[in-house]
Parts: sequence; C-alpha cells; structure tokens
Amino acid sequence: MRINLSRKKIRDSFVDKVQELSGQNLLACYQCGKCSAGCPAVDEMDILPNQIIRFAQLGLKEELLASKAIWICASCLTCNARCPKGINIAEVIEALRQILLRNRKDHLKVEKLSDKEKEEIPPIALICSMRKFTS
Amino acid sequence: MKICYYPGCTLKNHAKNFEDSTICSLNSIGVEVEELSRWNCCGTVFSLTTDDLIHHIAPIRNLIRVKEANYNKVMTVCAMCFNTLKRANERIKSDPESMDILNNFMDREEVQYEGDVQVFHLLEFLKDEIGFENLAKKVVKPLKKLKIASYYGCLLVRPKEIGFDDMENPTILDDLMEILGADSVDFPFKTECCGAYQTVDKPEIIADRTNRILTSAKDRGAQMVVVSCPLCAFNLDQRQKQTVEKYPEFKHIPVLYFTQALAIALGCPEETLRFDLNFIDPKPILKEKGLI
Repeated sequence: MRINLSRKKIRDSFVDKVQELSGQNLLACYQCGKCSAGCPAVDEMDILPNQIIRFAQLGLKEELLASKAIWICASCLTCNARCPKGINIAEVIEALRQILLRNRKDHLKVEKLSDKEKEEIPPIALICSMRKFTS
Repeated sequence: MKICYYPGCTLKNHAKNFEDSTICSLNSIGVEVEELSRWNCCGTVFSLTTDDLIHHIAPIRNLIRVKEANYNKVMTVCAMCFNTLKRANERIKSDPESMDILNNFMDREEVQYEGDVQVFHLLEFLKDEIGFENLAKKVVKPLKKLKIASYYGCLLVRPKEIGFDDMENPTILDDLMEILGADSVDFPFKTECCGAYQTVDKPEIIADRTNRILTSAKDRGAQMVVVSCPLCAFNLDQRQKQTVEKYPEFKHIPVLYFTQALAIALGCPEETLRFDLNFIDPKPILKEKGLI
C-alpha cells in the first residue's frame, strides 16, 4: 500500500473529529503494538488496531474510512484493557464507524437477511448488529 | 428476600432456558423474583461515542421503571444487558449535564432520574449477598466429576469499572462451578471475544472463533462450557453447525448457561432446564454423570 503524508492531512478537521467523538488523545499512543497483539480479530483485519491509531494521528481519512478493519472490530475492549497509555482504541474505531454511519453509509443491509436468518438469529444479535452497523 | 429483575429481550425467546433456570434456582434458595413491568430493550450495546446521548435513553428508561416499582436495585443475568444498563447509569451519574439533557428529553416520565438505581448481576448477588458458602449448603445434586470450563467473554469483565472480576483472569464462574461440585477447567480463551454480532452477516468468522475457543476448552479436558451471555451462547452453541462445516475435525461440546448448571445442582425439575433450546444436547453427559 502506498501512503502519502501531508501537513494538510495531519491538520485536517478529520483528526479533531475522531478525537472529539472518541474522547481520546491520539498522540498519547507510542506504538507499542499491545492492542494488535491481543486483538482476537486481527486475522480478518487489513489495518491493525495500532495502525488505525497511527493513521488517525496522520489524518489518513480515506484509508481509514475504506478499511475493512473498522467493521471487523466488535468492541470487545481487550485493546482498551491492555493499552499502557490508557487509550480507548475501541472508542477510536467506533468514532470512525460513526463518521460513516452519520453520512448514511450503512454497513449492514437488513433487507438482505432472509426470513430464516431473522428467525434463527436471536434478537440480541440482530439489535446489536443494527446498532453498530446502521445509522 | 425479593429482588427486582430485568430480563432483556432474548431471555423471553431464544434464551428461555437462561430465564427459567435462573428463576427456579433463585426460588429454590428462597429468593423471590419480581420482573420489572413495562421494561424495554436496553439497546444491547453501550454507545461509545462521546456525543451519542440518545442511545442512553433506552437503558435509563428501564432504571426509571425500577424506581417506579419502588426498588433501588435491579438484577440482570444477560452479560450485555448488565453492561449496557450499568455503563449508561455510570455515564450519566458522572456527568450531571447529560443527566439534565436526558431528563428534559424524557419530560413525560413522572420520575426524574438521578442515577440512584444500582445495577447488579446474578453472579455478584450469589457471591456477595447469598454467599458462595451458604449456596454450597443448598446443593442437593453436586455436579460430581463433571469437568466444566467457564467462558466469560467480554462484557462481564470489561471495562474494569463495570466488571466485577479481574479483567484478564476472572474466576467467579469457576468458583461457582466448584461450589456446585464440578471440576472447573481453566483455559486460555475464557475472555476471548466470540465475535459477537458479526454472527449476523459473517458467520464464517464465528466458526473460526468457536473452533479456537471450544477446542482449547476441550483440549484441557472440559466436558461442557458454561456462559452468561445469550449472544456468546448462540455463537458457541448454535454456530457449532457452521464450525464443523468449516473445520471437519472439530468435536462438538455442550454449551450451557451457568444457571442451567446451577439449577441442576439445586435440584430444579428438568422442565425448568429447557434443554430443548440447547443446540448441542447436554443430556448424554449429564445422564452419564447421574445428574438427570
């Protein structure tokens, strides 16, 4: 992957928005990688949790918002529990999902679920998925 | 003793075995359970973004119902309801401005909410209010020689301010299983996420997790796994179907709610155990151990 950095991106309001929505100080991260080491979902992620924080610091909006990883994270909070700098990484990832969802970019297409799936899957899973994946 | 109880949506259908075994267990130790009237869905997840107040309304409305029923405490058994109700409560307690905004929004409610309801989980109640040593005396059918692995998942223990046990190495469920006479099996995946709601559109991910989690428990000698979350239960039990399709060498293992194990030990009748709702039938192993 080729990544272009610029002062413009780093100073973009996107970085402020992520910090505001997540309530986290992105610059506190010193890239120890503990979040990614403990994350049960890294197998399916294209950008790992520590990279998500780094990308967010650098204002790499397009890369982050197009990533698969932000939809794979299930907010299990293992990263938050282990971060030595007290950063809530899951909140940062939630902020990224929210930026898309608030622009009506739903991730789950509820109408595509079959009747059989809707019957088989318990309400706890359906509601949870709709809360996390739709606006 | 009488306690106020918030069931949550899934306990009324897919997880009826969780509810029935909970109520029978509590009744058999002399605790009366009063279900909250007019409760609503808690929303299942706590909103993690700082400005998203609207999603705290659903859990807070339930806490208003608790006050209306003249209680100041409410018990849940579902790990997700527990986490959402307790976190929303803590969130607005620590921020009077948000509490005002929510109260103003809910101006048709007769009761003003002031953060004055305590949310607790059945496991905490059994440990702190009843006492495990007193509970041990009520066991009529010890789960002898039954090797049980306790799976905690995420939301019973994380985040730290909400959870009631060590985040990395919780033992409360293991301790309970030992009290009931079982051999508790420790395994390294007991707090590893099952994949949660990814089960809706990515069941293949769940197959990977279920394979990893349950194979680890089996390798340590477990004959069954107990859980406290209906979503974990669905992923670890029902999704064994997809797991064995993806991993033919995977061996099935029964997954029970911890309250089903509790109800067996306390002598609850078989109809309250509702094994018909468990996908992998636990009856063969329970019969082998002389428990049913």
